Amino acid sequence: MTTTLPAYDEVVARYEPVIGLETHVELGTNTKMFCGCPTDFGGAPNTRVCPVCLGLPGSLPVANRAAVEATIRIGLALNCSIAQWCRFARKNYYYPDMPKNYQISQYDEPLCVDGYLDVEVNGEPVRISIERVHMEEDTGKTLHVGGATGRIHGATESLVDYNRAGIPLVEIVTKPIPGAGAMAPEVARAYVTELRDVLRSLGVSDVRMEEGSLRCDVNTSLNLPGEQWGTRTETKNVNSLRSVERAVRSEMIRQASVLAAGGRITQETRHFHEDTGDTTSGRSKETATDYRYFPEPDLVPIAPDPTWVAELKAALPELPRLHRRRLQQEWGLSDLDMQSILNAGAVELIEATIAAGTTPTAARKWWLGELSRRANETGAELADIGATPEQVAELQGLVDAGKLTDKLARTVLEHVVAGEGSPAKIMADRNLEVVSDTGALTAAVDEAIAANPAIADKVRGGKVAAAGALVGAVMKTTRGQADAKTVRELILERLGVQG
Amino acid sequence: MAAISREEVAHLARLSRLAVTEEELATLAGQLDVILQAVAQVGEVTAADIPPTSHSVPLTNVLRDDVVASCLTPEEALSGAPDAAEQRFRVPRILDEDVAS
Amino acid sequence: MTDLTSFSAAELAGLVARGESSAVEVTQAHLDRISAVDDRVHAFLHVDTEGALDAAREVDSRRAAGEPLGPLAGVPVAVKDVLTTKGIPTTAGSKILADWRPPYDSTIVRRLRAAGTVMLGKTNMDEFAMGSSTEYSAFGPTHNPWDLSRIPGGSGGGSSAALAAYETPLSIGSDTGGSIRQPGAVTGTVGVKPTYGGTSRYGLIAFSSSLDTPGPCARTVLDAALLHEAIGGHDPLDSTSIPAPVPDVVAAARLGASGDLTGVRLGVVREFAGEGAEPGVLAAFRAAVETLTKLGAEVVEVSCPHFQYALPAYYLIAPSECSSNLARFDGVRFGLRVGDDGTRSLEEVMSATREAGFGPEVKRRVMLGTYALSSGYYDAYYGQAQKVRTLISRDFTTAFDQVDALISPTTPFVAFPVGARTADPYQMYLADLFTIPSNLYGGPGISVPCGLADGLPVGLQVMAPTMADDRMYRVAAALESAVGPFTPPAL
Ligand SMILES: [Mg+2]
Ligand SMILES: [Zn+2]
Repeated sequence: MTTTLPAYDEVVARYEPVIGLETHVELGTNTKMFCGCPTDFGGAPNTRVCPVCLGLPGSLPVANRAAVEATIRIGLALNCSIAQWCRFARKNYYYPDMPKNYQISQYDEPLCVDGYLDVEVNGEPVRISIERVHMEEDTGKTLHVGGATGRIHGATESLVDYNRAGIPLVEIVTKPIPGAGAMAPEVARAYVTELRDVLRSLGVSDVRMEEGSLRCDVNTSLNLPGEQWGTRTETKNVNSLRSVERAVRSEMIRQASVLAAGGRITQETRHFHEDTGDTTSGRSKETATDYRYFPEPDLVPIAPDPTWVAELKAALPELPRLHRRRLQQEWGLSDLDMQSILNAGAVELIEATIAAGTTPTAARKWWLGELSRRANETGAELADIGATPEQVAELQGLVDAGKLTDKLARTVLEHVVAGEGSPAKIMADRNLEVVSDTGALTAAVDEAIAANPAIADKVRGGKVAAAGALVGAVMKTTRGQADAKTVRELILERLGVQG
Repeated sequence: MAAISREEVAHLARLSRLAVTEEELATLAGQLDVILQAVAQVGEVTAADIPPTSHSVPLTNVLRDDVVASCLTPEEALSGAPDAAEQRFRVPRILDEDVAS
Repeated sequence: MTDLTSFSAAELAGLVARGESSAVEVTQAHLDRISAVDDRVHAFLHVDTEGALDAAREVDSRRAAGEPLGPLAGVPVAVKDVLTTKGIPTTAGSKILADWRPPYDSTIVRRLRAAGTVMLGKTNMDEFAMGSSTEYSAFGPTHNPWDLSRIPGGSGGGSSAALAAYETPLSIGSDTGGSIRQPGAVTGTVGVKPTYGGTSRYGLIAFSSSLDTPGPCARTVLDAALLHEAIGGHDPLDSTSIPAPVPDVVAAARLGASGDLTGVRLGVVREFAGEGAEPGVLAAFRAAVETLTKLGAEVVEVSCPHFQYALPAYYLIAPSECSSNLARFDGVRFGLRVGDDGTRSLEEVMSATREAGFGPEVKRRVMLGTYALSSGYYDAYYGQAQKVRTLISRDFTTAFDQVDALISPTTPFVAFPVGARTADPYQMYLADLFTIPSNLYGGPGISVPCGLADGLPVGLQVMAPTMADDRMYRVAAALESAVGPFTPPAL
């Protein structure tokens, strides 16, 4: 079956999208949610397990204080109310990666409810309502063997490693977001970006989407203007910020094509494919299993003491949005300039560079200029480029002290990025310091004049612009280590011409 | 009137991952019907405003410090496994990709 | 010398402590008794002969080295097969765990070892503690030493029968709806359900998490108290464990043994003192009430109007929790796997495994619980049962405003013949009519022998407020001192 998909413009001209996001965050605690097994990555299979996270008969869960605390902090950062009393619940379904065949989660009594997160989309503020933030446990990892691609389909058997089983997860669910129109994909991306920054500023998770410590499910539906919201699909496996945007867009287009052909949308789980940017059908939810939730009898209720919550609230760090606004003011930047810093992911780098003793202008110049260019060329993240904020600040210090010209500084930076050490060391090792000894410079100028008598005459005759060729000759003999401006002044002086 | 039909019992067996036989199904349907009619007596109690009790102890906030404790060795972890390979628990092919979290 | 198996635990500990007998001699005497009678009683599923003798030798060498010994050091104990024992078979009476050797010890077993007791082995039980006769064990029924053609009660029939058969002076049971007290009553032994949260559930294979309570079984009230003291108290591995010391049950048992109950107010539960029980049981109970009055107790009648709904509420709550607790028995990480022939899917193998591994009573309860938790039925069944549970707890609190403890017969009937009630599951459920309310409330209960009916033992139940376990020990010990021991005919 080949159908021509409608253009996105046509989709949004005809339909209104409603989106919603469910985000799972792996907390960076030392131990699992309900047992003392470590949460570190990369252990050999089934080496981070105990009777509790293996679900052995007789074992019992005990909740991790740090995980509860992190969840409350996330709730507070997302402007939620913290429940005065709540319980864990069991979500019952059979799957081999879940040792007990039920997941300990929260159901109708989440720890945090009714919050919001303000994000900006193209400079416009958008408030995303948060429905709930709750705690649960992760599952183990299943390896499908015998199939062509390591996928479940076609596999002849599966192998299960429970190292991840029981890692604390926080699930953050938005309320449905109507009214975003054509911007729905960007809104989804902006929300996940901002959420990631908030979580990172709280220090509760390493929020790496590629590694799965931040995972997104995207709900999408379409409706005609003035009509009820449509049937929604839930797209899973969305593993990058870019994919969040693409998943919403492609699902909107797909649904529009189904609806335009007179079809109806099936409530189902869909899987996003990074390579094609498409979603494909997963499990239909129309015959969804009944999870038979009930209060987890092995765990007693959580009733956070208001004093404790108040202490946690008082100790929250400045959240990214306010932090950025303050920096913009301190740095004296326009909205546009600030936006380009944000887009480059350079806020923290610039901040650290300034902290290491340089000016906002200089810090911005290096990170958005030379270093961003190199990052673009190599496809690396700015933060992983190989230069530290301290090195950049040191480099600028050498420029300020007149020891390096801008051009020399760029050369030094290249060697810094290549891992040759600190700017001062590279400058010394490679003998790149500005030639400021006037005697040596005068000799070089005289040599240049003597070697180019015709040009010298032109300059003497008033064609001052011709001096550039003499400057070039001097720079060549000094291997670029002279300050071009000084050289030019010296040439004009020796030739008796006013600059 | 029966409180539960044979079809419902068959559905419950599937939900409970029990491959019951036809013969068993008939017996179970009869027995569950008797039991359900008896336990349905709880409906006689007027309890609309009564809070439910899920726990027998009045405890809250029983929390553990985030300190690493010792794990089982992989040998111990896999010691009871009906089947294992590559230090993992081996299971037959999975039909239903029932992922939820 | 008198046979060592005839002594109480307190006496045996004394013999060992004074060096009048070694722990090895005591242990060997009980192992010999097991060899002699257990083929007829079938109280044990597994006897750990070597482990027991090792533990006994350890006690003897510690004594020889002059190390201090606990009050139960060197005393044998049998453990219901529902508690995990590292490296020792633990089956919960089910085929699905027939070959399982857990990689860890339950908290209770760890404490038993720390107390210097000698674990003889694991006792028979109804599969996953679901039953009242031990006939639902996958490994065959246990027989009542009073009359081998009769049931020993359940689910902990093995633990109680082992006491009545003098195979052990102490045993551990678990009580979800009466599984310690009811077998205690029908075997003429003492069975205690402590306050929920007073004994750790860590390593107790769960049937119904909010009700399951491990507890001590013995032939005397004092022995039960000594064992209770050894196993009880806060456990950080169990979130529902109460962070407070165990009430001084040993002192209470000693106080009660003086036979004086002056100043104690007891309430007879009106709803459990009339119909519903066999005439012989009621007669023995009334005689016991008179005895208690003679000992100085003031006995009044108390009404607990919602107790009549305890049984239906229990048979919704317990199966609901069990349907979830037993989901982990799927043939993936441990236990039986059936039908993995290379053609079947995991779903088919799981369903075949559970079908083959679970017995009929377990299947009934798993399905009943699945039903009660289903959306559409949740509110009317599980939800309503949890509200009734609140009302039952309120009946208890109201009653304890008037009296110190409540009393009733432990069971409506004496030990019935093997096979008499298996055809009609609900008839079996009635065995726990009087014991279930304490589980729903969470308070402690004890069954103590109070008389005979047609030559078979009758138990009296004392129920106390939560964390007032000591009260019921005092009453039970007083009654015990007045009515004397009930000894079964020789096997
Ligand atoms: Mg979830
Ligand atoms: Zn663990």
